[in-house]
Amino acid sequence: MARRPYVRTMDGWWKRDAFFMRYMAREATAIFVVIYAFVLLAGVVQLARGEAAFAAWVAALHSPASIAMHVVLLAAFIYHTYTWFEIMPKTMPPIVVAGRKLSPGVITGAGLAASAVLSIALLLVVRALAS
Amino acid sequence: MPEPRTITIEVLRYQPAEGNKPYVQSWPVAFTDDMSVLQGLQHIKDYADGSLTFRWSCRMAICGSCGMMIDGKPQLACRSFLREFYPGPLRVEALAHFPIERDLVVDAEDFMTKLARIKPYIVPREERSLAEGEYRQTPAELERYEQFSHCINCMLCYAACPQYGLDPSFLGPGVTALLHRYNSDSRDGAKNERMQLVHAEDGVWACTAVGYCSEVCPKQVDPANAVNQNKTASAVDWFARFLPGHK
Repeated sequence: MARRPYVRTMDGWWKRDAFFMRYMAREATAIFVVIYAFVLLAGVVQLARGEAAFAAWVAALHSPASIAMHVVLLAAFIYHTYTWFEIMPKTMPPIVVAGRKLSPGVITGAGLAASAVLSIALLLVVRALAS
Repeated sequence: MPEPRTITIEVLRYQPAEGNKPYVQSWPVAFTDDMSVLQGLQHIKDYADGSLTFRWSCRMAICGSCGMMIDGKPQLACRSFLREFYPGPLRVEALAHFPIERDLVVDAEDFMTKLARIKPYIVPREERSLAEGEYRQTPAELERYEQFSHCINCMLCYAACPQYGLDPSFLGPGVTALLHRYNSDSRDGAKNERMQLVHAEDGVWACTAVGYCSEVCPKQVDPANAVNQNKTASAVDWFARFLPGHK
């Protein structure tokens, strides 16, 4: 009998497994990173247009809608950061320390710790400059 | 001895001679705690329906034949136990992303062709005569590729890779892991040849780092790591051609 292999559809593939849904969430949070890049870009454009324009941009940032948006953006950023450090061990050549391969947990943990320390340091620097 | 429990096994069946579409058929199977999903399927084949078709051989997770979707996840049927799915029902389907040949048997032609393309064997860096003795290697040189040599060609990683499902021209995780195994071997001399497959559009760059391939691998080969290390290698190769003296 002639062979008749059956090909299944890929429609809705990402809903098939929780792992795929987390992957799609990781990719989707990149959009929030782009949104925030535009917020900052708007600030640079306003700065170039003069003091009044820049002051208006800063005032707009203080509006309740903007603060709500920033809370959402921050949450998305934290998730995005976490997912990339989670996948980082799979993207790197093995790191050998004292004759033993570094475990994935250590690599992810070190990445998360570094980003937390840098974020806090940046926050302190910006606050010091603003005051 | 405890009384055997019963679980319903649902199988996505496809009989090319009978109809055009796969359909679900289920059987109740009495099982003991030591029975694998493979043994459950064997019980159905022996006592309920001899036409149920599936591949298996070693029963001990080394031949790589009995990979299938078990409750939606790519797993070896010999390595998953019916007790884990109690009270059920338990759903069994042919490996995702491959065409179904019949019932739980997939068409592995594409994988086999790709496997042959990467030259999955050592091409000696330098020919040695028998009198010169064996090709020797230090433990550190072995360590560089050993993990990737554990691949058993079970194709679970392909069933876990949506990029392969969406575009089967992608070289894919398992074959790239084996490619990396031979490229990382100090005795091998065919790296440049294999790197052409890495650089290609359907090479490593088709990977979007989903990472599920490494999660489902029954041998902890971490194919995602092999693919992503080769993205770096491919990028380095690309930039290296601008350096003076580069061939």
